[in-house]
Amino acid sequence: MFKFLLSRVAVLIPTFIGVSIVAFAFIRLLPGDPVQMLAGERVVSPERHAEIMHALGYDQPIIMQYLDYIWRLLHGDFGTSIVTKRGVIGEFFKLFPATLELSFCAIIFAVALGVPAGVFAAVKRGSWFDQTVMGAALVGYSMPIFWWGLLLIILFSGTWHLTPVSGRIDLLYFFPKGTGFMIYDAAVSGQKGALRSALSHLILPAIVLGTIPLAVIARQTRSAMLEVLGEDYVRTAKAKGLSRFRVVGIHALRNALIPVVTTIGLQVGVMMAGAILTETIFSWPGIGKWMVDSVFKRDYPVVQGGLLLIAMVIMFVNLVVDLLYGVINPRVRVR
Amino acid sequence: MSLLTIRNLSVTFATASGPFRAVDGVDMTIAPGEVVGIVGESGSGKSVAMLGLMGLLPDSATVTADVISFEGRDMLKMSNRERRKIIGKDIAMIFQEPIASLNPCFTAGYQIGEALKTHLGLDKKAARRRTIELLSQVGIPEPERRMTAYPHQLSGGMSQRVMIAMAIACEPKLLIADEPTTALDVTIQAQILDLLLDLQRERGMAMILITHDMGVIAETAERVVVQYAGQQVERQSVANLFETPRHPYTSALLAAMPERARGGRLPTIPGVVPGQGDRPTACLFNPRCPKADERCRTVVPPRQPAELGEALCHYPVGADPRPPEAIPPGFGPLSRQPLEGGARASTIAPEVPGDAR
Repeated sequence: MFKFLLSRVAVLIPTFIGVSIVAFAFIRLLPGDPVQMLAGERVVSPERHAEIMHALGYDQPIIMQYLDYIWRLLHGDFGTSIVTKRGVIGEFFKLFPATLELSFCAIIFAVALGVPAGVFAAVKRGSWFDQTVMGAALVGYSMPIFWWGLLLIILFSGTWHLTPVSGRIDLLYFFPKGTGFMIYDAAVSGQKGALRSALSHLILPAIVLGTIPLAVIARQTRSAMLEVLGEDYVRTAKAKGLSRFRVVGIHALRNALIPVVTTIGLQVGVMMAGAILTETIFSWPGIGKWMVDSVFKRDYPVVQGGLLLIAMVIMFVNLVVDLLYGVINPRVRVR
Repeated sequence: MSLLTIRNLSVTFATASGPFRAVDGVDMTIAPGEVVGIVGESGSGKSVAMLGLMGLLPDSATVTADVISFEGRDMLKMSNRERRKIIGKDIAMIFQEPIASLNPCFTAGYQIGEALKTHLGLDKKAARRRTIELLSQVGIPEPERRMTAYPHQLSGGMSQRVMIAMAIACEPKLLIADEPTTALDVTIQAQILDLLLDLQRERGMAMILITHDMGVIAETAERVVVQYAGQQVERQSVANLFETPRHPYTSALLAAMPERARGGRLPTIPGVVPGQGDRPTACLFNPRCPKADERCRTVVPPRQPAELGEALCHYPVGADPRPPEAIPPGFGPLSRQPLEGGARASTIAPEVPGDAR
């Protein structure tokens, strides 16, 4: 077990270096620099510009800048935002709960609907239900997130006035000592209507973010189930006189879940990308929106640090999935 | 009273190229404690008939019958829920591929205990005790330890023992063994067969043994049904069948037994069992039968009386009404010449795993 973990961590190191190079290089490929962006329409004299760039260390050769950055990273220093002057790591942990809450709800939404839909579609293969589900999954998978988000806002917020347009909770509510997880904070605050407000803010972004994972999970579950339902051990389960629920829901699904769990893990990475769009559409104050804002402002340390931290989260999730894989599949269990 | 009565059981598969009748008018009567063998080549519909009885065929199969009654209860009129109280409890089945037949995600103990909990309502503790008992009954050493083993940690023979333990868990009155030894090593085959027969005798349980191996039939069964292309072509007691086979197909199967072969070359039956596309007219065996004449190709053969092995044949062996000079040559007991013209030979070769579906 320990060996397995160690080997996984060893793989992380090159990945980490790769991500750091990409994050470092790509933001510098964009035209403009932080000083120009900060100045905006005000005119900065070339001398003043050079002076600030020097102070920030951005006049150094790029390779030196990179090595310097890595040196600081190794000492746990993720840098400081040029714009807000706040530490990147502190900012990340302040905003991350919002993204985590959103992603978690989105994945729950996707799994809770996708797995049963896939199972029923497989059991009723070729039926109208199967065809409807698979058709809808294809549409869901192909839909651009920003368009889908705007569509739902127009419908639910604009036309029907059922949900708020943006943010995490009404301005009426404020939790000074909050954990950052709005649903939890609202629930324990005891303030009337707080939880309801938090939930109504969360539901649309969660649906939008969960749509692609939902489509992928439904399709994957269906195909895994179809494969498993033809297996000899499913026939054995039927021959034992077990109920249809036990045959499909226990004997077949348990085996079909093995590839599905892998898919779910991979979808977490997709969701981090999706969160950038979703959070921007719904003004959700999470790390997706934070990243977009800092790219626009050429806030180099934030982009670099943020991407690294997101990469770490994704790698962590995949590690958890790998461990989970051993739990649900006895054949690969590590002893 | 008979334990199981089947009349005119047919199974039809809906395929892309039209319906295919894999089992055609099968009858069967099993008395309590009796061992009946079903024998035939791959593709004769032996397994399909029994899977149809158990309700284990895919949705593309349609099972029809005039009568299926178990202990006097009409299984055709039962709801699925009522059927499930018999299936797995009073009628149990074991299969050809023991390793694939066990669920890889659950331990052997769990899979046996599940049957006990479902049908006998045992609690966890009692189920565990009974599982250990069952595992030792089927000859698994260290049952406490094996209980927690997953199927991938068991050998083929062990897996089949676990399958047998699972099948006998609820003291079934009828065990259907579908080629239980085909996928196993030769040394293990005899052990598993002995185990099945011991259990059958101890418990007075009836058994239907599906096999392609005439040798297995000779050692185990009391009565035997010979099936060909979905039809029962002969039904006899084992002693009579081996002595005086009545259907030319049975005769050919017996001649192809290595134990019975004289001379150097093992006789074979030329050709293969007809499938959906090449189904002959009238007698289904006529293209491969050395004795066949025009009548066999045009008139559906009748069912002969019991003293002629209930053979489905115009000219049962030993009772051919034709004058000797009218019988086509090349029969008696069976042609021993090497096959000519590269005709496909099918000895009663071991079945390819998985083709029974």
